[in-house]
Amino acid sequence: MGQRHTRMKKAILAAVAAGLAAFAPLSVVAQDAAPVAAPATTAAEAGRVEGAQTAPGPEALPGNLTPAEASAAPAGEGLYSPMAPTKGKGMPTAYEDDAIKSLTFQDQYSANGEYALWMHDAILLPVITIISLLVLGLLLYVAVRFNRRANPVASRTTHNTLIEVVWTIVPVIILVIIAVPSITLLARQYEPAPADAVTIKATGYQWYWGYSYPDHGDFEVVSNMLDEAEALKRGEPHQLAVDNRMVVPAGVPLRIQTTASDVIHAFAVPSLWFKMDAVPGRLNERMLTIKEPGVYYGQCSELCGARHAYMPIVVEALPPAQFAAWVRAQGGEMPGAGDAPAAPTAAPVEAGPSTGAAAAPETQPAT
Amino acid sequence: MATTAEGFDIHHGDGHHAHDHADHKPGFFARWFMSTNHKDIGTMYLIFAIIAGIVGGAISGIMRVELAEPGIQYLQWWAQFMGGGNDLNTALHMWNVFITAHGLIMVFFMVMPAMIGGFGNWFVPLMIGAPDMAFPRMNNVSFWLTVAGFFSLLFSLFVPGGTGPGAGTGWTVYAPLSTKGSVGPAVDFAIFSLHLAGAGSILGATNFITTIFNMRAPGMTLHKMPLFVWSVLVTAFLLLLALPVLAAAITMLLTDRNFGTTFFDPAGGGDPVLYQHLFWFFGHPEVYIMILPGFGMISQIVATFSRKPVFGYLGMAYAMVLIGVVGFIVWAHHMYTVGLDVNTKMYFTAATMVIAVPTGVKIFSWIATMWGGSLSFKSPMVWSLGFIFLFTVGGVTGVVLANGGIDDNLHDTYYVVAHFHYVLSMGAVFSMFAGFYYWFPKMSGRMHSELLSHIHFWTFFVGVNVIFFPQHFLGMQGMPRRYPDYAEAYHFWHQISTYGYYIMAGSMIFFFVNILYSLLAGKKAEANPWGEGATTLEWTLPSPPPYHQFETLPVITDANDYHDHRPATA
Repeated sequence: MGQRHTRMKKAILAAVAAGLAAFAPLSVVAQDAAPVAAPATTAAEAGRVEGAQTAPGPEALPGNLTPAEASAAPAGEGLYSPMAPTKGKGMPTAYEDDAIKSLTFQDQYSANGEYALWMHDAILLPVITIISLLVLGLLLYVAVRFNRRANPVASRTTHNTLIEVVWTIVPVIILVIIAVPSITLLARQYEPAPADAVTIKATGYQWYWGYSYPDHGDFEVVSNMLDEAEALKRGEPHQLAVDNRMVVPAGVPLRIQTTASDVIHAFAVPSLWFKMDAVPGRLNERMLTIKEPGVYYGQCSELCGARHAYMPIVVEALPPAQFAAWVRAQGGEMPGAGDAPAAPTAAPVEAGPSTGAAAAPETQPAT
Repeated sequence: MATTAEGFDIHHGDGHHAHDHADHKPGFFARWFMSTNHKDIGTMYLIFAIIAGIVGGAISGIMRVELAEPGIQYLQWWAQFMGGGNDLNTALHMWNVFITAHGLIMVFFMVMPAMIGGFGNWFVPLMIGAPDMAFPRMNNVSFWLTVAGFFSLLFSLFVPGGTGPGAGTGWTVYAPLSTKGSVGPAVDFAIFSLHLAGAGSILGATNFITTIFNMRAPGMTLHKMPLFVWSVLVTAFLLLLALPVLAAAITMLLTDRNFGTTFFDPAGGGDPVLYQHLFWFFGHPEVYIMILPGFGMISQIVATFSRKPVFGYLGMAYAMVLIGVVGFIVWAHHMYTVGLDVNTKMYFTAATMVIAVPTGVKIFSWIATMWGGSLSFKSPMVWSLGFIFLFTVGGVTGVVLANGGIDDNLHDTYYVVAHFHYVLSMGAVFSMFAGFYYWFPKMSGRMHSELLSHIHFWTFFVGVNVIFFPQHFLGMQGMPRRYPDYAEAYHFWHQISTYGYYIMAGSMIFFFVNILYSLLAGKKAEANPWGEGATTLEWTLPSPPPYHQFETLPVITDANDYHDHRPATA
């Protein structure tokens, strides 16, 4: 009796151990991908951001230039003017423009986005459509076949073990089939960024975004929504267009970090299948590679107060050479180019949000 | 019928000729303000839920009208109407107040009071053959705490809460928007409202658990209980285990706001994400709290109108238990984008998908109950059929959202709004209308108009689908939730959605006319208007039941037949 008990215990322990072993490789991935310090970031940003933000305040920056001024004044080869968006790319599609496109996801411009879109279109959508139609069909069938006129005397069937087992097992199989690409997608989304990835830190403020480039002299671009007239003048969708965009190189891995200085915001770009909360006191990190140059619109996706709907995100992906020129135009430095100065020589910080929000983008302690 | 059934028939069956104490009702004030009668309290809960539903539904109308066009149309007017300033920030704050009030009212003051307080109070004692709830006075306390909670929430609309009056935090009350981000007492009143409603629900849950475990009629074993009673039992346990966690979380919010603690403030070593874990540890069971009693009602109704016992009774009962248990370990799927690590996200993806299995068992078992039955399409039945289909649609989009990697795009978009309105506005609400039409004759003693009920069903069915189906498209195109204003590209489907609201609102006229008609001129209802398929104990009583019932307990003798819940025919 006692011996059998021990043997059973051993068997259970072995099973548990096997189960844990199965998860072991995943734990390693998690450690690599956990939202902690990126090698290229400054010490102050390592781990959680407690205390002061590292973004430079206006008082520390003599000779402020707005990006518009910076791009207007030709700085050598660094001639930058905002890229014109392509209709239907990186932005929502109106029903009037393309009825079919308005029913589904935006086209994807990242590898993980393409994989996720494939998973939705090839697996999830067919499965859920078939299940819904199956249930509808069965309901219509019983309504016709077993209504009181067609079937005056009800059967008394209350059990059928076989069919009960079938409708338990078949959903399990379907879910396992869904789980395989789902877990794959998650693993890909959490792949850690390589050491030479371009780091961009997006900071959510009430109610605008700041993008700082710690690898490029740590300048911060402050990004406010354009009002409707200005957006239309520039040929951009209103409600989505901003004055200063988050400019990034296309085709190379980006290390996107998010945090916030007041309340929780969320950095989201639907056409890149990317959404990450910006939480005060926390630095979230995810790798993103944008496949091709373009303008990709997004919006804040976590309720953050009155002007939650008025802090859009615009990611402009440029060929790497043009990105380098843009960085220089901002007064930044490409990493490894020349004797990298410890502090940026000049960083553009716009003095006031153009939407008229009261908050000024000065350095604020992360609450 | 058995001897006991005849026993109470002699007392009450033939009207009021005998002025025995069973039908002696207290005076108006004592009856309705100091009530200890489960049926009266149930009635008050239902009336309260209808009033709260009108308020919450009107707010959704304000929102849909605003969203019909891009830009801000009416919010400034509403801000001034509510006593705020004329500037844009106040108007935009007003929007956040509307979404918050709509969510809180519909969850805490419409669905929960109607399902658990209303139908639960009315029919759990009747279905298990009990004279009343175990703690009748506590039952009254539960109700009035809920009412007090509603007034606290309404009061919050008139005091400052940031850039205008009212709490604009969303029903989730996330820190730090709800702490440092909302200056003024409005959020405190909203939090206090949740405390009151939560305390009321915890007391109610205790009452239901005690009643169901201790006051079942002789012979009514757990495995012979009607499925509606099972559903309320599981719901009561979810309430009892989940609500204290909410109470703790929102108390910490209060102390963070007012007493200098930093539970959720990183500047003092706290963590805003901790609040989300605590909230959703309550919040996910909460969504099952809102739907499980609906599952129970649908089971009763489908069996009644198929004239056939519920298929796979034990599977149905334990599927609800399993849904309740698993419902406690999937909460972080509401937090996929918050910065979870990859293992956590994989676990919550897998665990969430598991819930589809018992839910599927229930859907297929309802269909199997109808299979081979003799179906009559009375109003409760058409609402139930509508429920089964629409809940399935809401359920399968839940499977899509369960995938953490897919949710990266859909999180906090209108796809999520569409999903949870399919399971709640069409799941929970359809089951409530089904239950209402099923039991209205029993509660009121009057028959409602089948014609008006059917018109109500079809117009409501069309309306809610026109509202919410296009919201899937908006969500996939990237339209974020909780936005009063949007890019031109989203205009078309928003406009369609608003048209749907008009249809839905119009359909409610048929509901209210129907109630008025039946109360004033409806045919008198028999004890059992639904025929041989109705096999639960409430149909052995007259309609409406006597003020006190089952003074002689019914004895359920046939313990093997758990499909007929009445005293066995000897």
